[in-house]
Amino acid sequence: MDWNAFHLSLKLAVWTLVLLLPVGVVTGRWLARTQTRARPWLQALFALPLVLPPTVVGYYLLVLTGAQSPIGELITSWFGVSLVFSFPGLVLASVLVNLPFAILPVQRAFEVVSQELHDAAACCGMNPWQAFTRIEMPLAWPGILSAAVLTLGHTLGEFGVVLMVGGNIPGETRTLSIAIFDRVQAFDPGAAGRMAGLLLLISLVTVALGYGVLEGRSRRARGSG
Amino acid sequence: MLSISLEHDTPDLGVEFQLPIGKLSAIVGPSGSGKTSVLRAVAGVLITRRSRVIFDGDIWADTEQRAFRPAHQRPLGFVSQTFGLFPHLTAAENVGAALTHLPRRARAREAQSCLDAVGIGGLAGRRPSELSGGQGQRVAMARALARKPRLLLLDEPFSALDRSTRKRLHVELKRLQNSLNMTVVFVTHDLDEAAQLSQTLVLLRHGRVVQQGPTPELLRRPATVEAARLMDFANLARARWVGSDASGITLRWGDVLLTAAGGSQSQPTDTVSWTVRASDVLLVKHNHPEESRLGTILPAKVVEVIEMGDSVLASVSVDDSGGEILRMRLRPGAVRRHNVYPGSQVRIALHPQALVLMD
Repeated sequence: MDWNAFHLSLKLAVWTLVLLLPVGVVTGRWLARTQTRARPWLQALFALPLVLPPTVVGYYLLVLTGAQSPIGELITSWFGVSLVFSFPGLVLASVLVNLPFAILPVQRAFEVVSQELHDAAACCGMNPWQAFTRIEMPLAWPGILSAAVLTLGHTLGEFGVVLMVGGNIPGETRTLSIAIFDRVQAFDPGAAGRMAGLLLLISLVTVALGYGVLEGRSRRARGSG
Repeated sequence: MLSISLEHDTPDLGVEFQLPIGKLSAIVGPSGSGKTSVLRAVAGVLITRRSRVIFDGDIWADTEQRAFRPAHQRPLGFVSQTFGLFPHLTAAENVGAALTHLPRRARAREAQSCLDAVGIGGLAGRRPSELSGGQGQRVAMARALARKPRLLLLDEPFSALDRSTRKRLHVELKRLQNSLNMTVVFVTHDLDEAAQLSQTLVLLRHGRVVQQGPTPELLRRPATVEAARLMDFANLARARWVGSDASGITLRWGDVLLTAAGGSQSQPTDTVSWTVRASDVLLVKHNHPEESRLGTILPAKVVEVIEMGDSVLASVSVDDSGGEILRMRLRPGAVRRHNVYPGSQVRIALHPQALVLMD
């Protein structure tokens, strides 16, 4: 069992979630409310990681953030770090790949909050922030929870982009899924099996917890309805 | 006065009218006439291309002066067609949502007293999904009134309710308005409802004001053919202008001479549109003692008789009018007394005051 890889996977998942969830909530809500004609294009852009092979996303990230690229040079000169083959690069890749998992469920959740409820909140004297926190968020939170669970689960299991951008540096960029691949390549099925089992268990528990919370909520709603 | 002037593109709006303060006013129009948009613009939740909304001298919106007071700062209550209750909150919490300026305990107390006031204090802990249509409407009303608004806006508030609940809530709305002396504006597509409840009426169609004025006056005297059609005046016809004198305006309708007291069209013109309500076309017995006071008496032949609950709708072809048909609403007793059946000959009276000339 590669506990370093396990620790790194958890760290990556938590960082991705912490960075991505606020972005998902803000972007998802904006997409749900905006009247812009560019909406289908923006939605397509955010959904791209779902349909593109991870290697393609990884390739473009390498091109864009590599040490020779203008962006890569800028980041190195500002922060003194290289994004390629480093943990920050891994986080950036993970955030980008998980955009659809964080944004789309949140968007759907906010779309359920009807214009009528927005009007009612405003006419109740709530300012936009009060309406957001007291009406929109409580109604949209199942979608936000789904987004969090999907992001967490997907980050833990992410392989292609992580390998492309981060490589396989022990303690730095080697996540659990890469460690499994590594062990299989090294004809060590015992270690690979243990790590795969652990990943399976964590993913199952995470998703089940998410569904459990949603189920409890809908049961309460049915009970009161 | 509540002065409203709005222009917008989607939906198309171009309205300008004034409503009295402290009265119950209705905005009536068919679906898609823009009445809900007008109400939302007054509430400040629909931002129109150009708007000027002034309530009792208080400017809520004026595009030219770049003045706009957001909805949450306007002293109003709003009840939408399906009530807009927050589904995750109980009835008391829904009402409390309009009282966020109060401390938590005072808010709960006030919310309870608002629910008590509309007669559903016992349902405070229920969520909207557990309430009937009438109960939901009362919660929405309690919430709208909780902030003690100066203006109450109601968007088809009774359309989702069954008939008996609707009738009961009509009475309660009138009672409420009388006791609070509040300015109430409600929109409806039901002219009968508007006629029963409102003191002032605005007729809207395709985002334009067709006619406005005191409700009884407007219901009696449509100013245009469009207004008459919207108010379901069954008889619309055109006649030639013959002349006018102290007794009224004389019209030639086919070979028949009619006298009208007037209407929005009072200037001599070649042809003029006129209307008369079906209930104002009267049946007259032969040798009626006060025949001369009933107006123009015309012989006619009954072509159709349709029973409509407690009234009968009869269509008659007026002799010498060129085959024109008039519709009249009669009591069942009158139908029996006058032997009104298809093919029977009757005499009808059109009083000058009942004939309305229109633009």
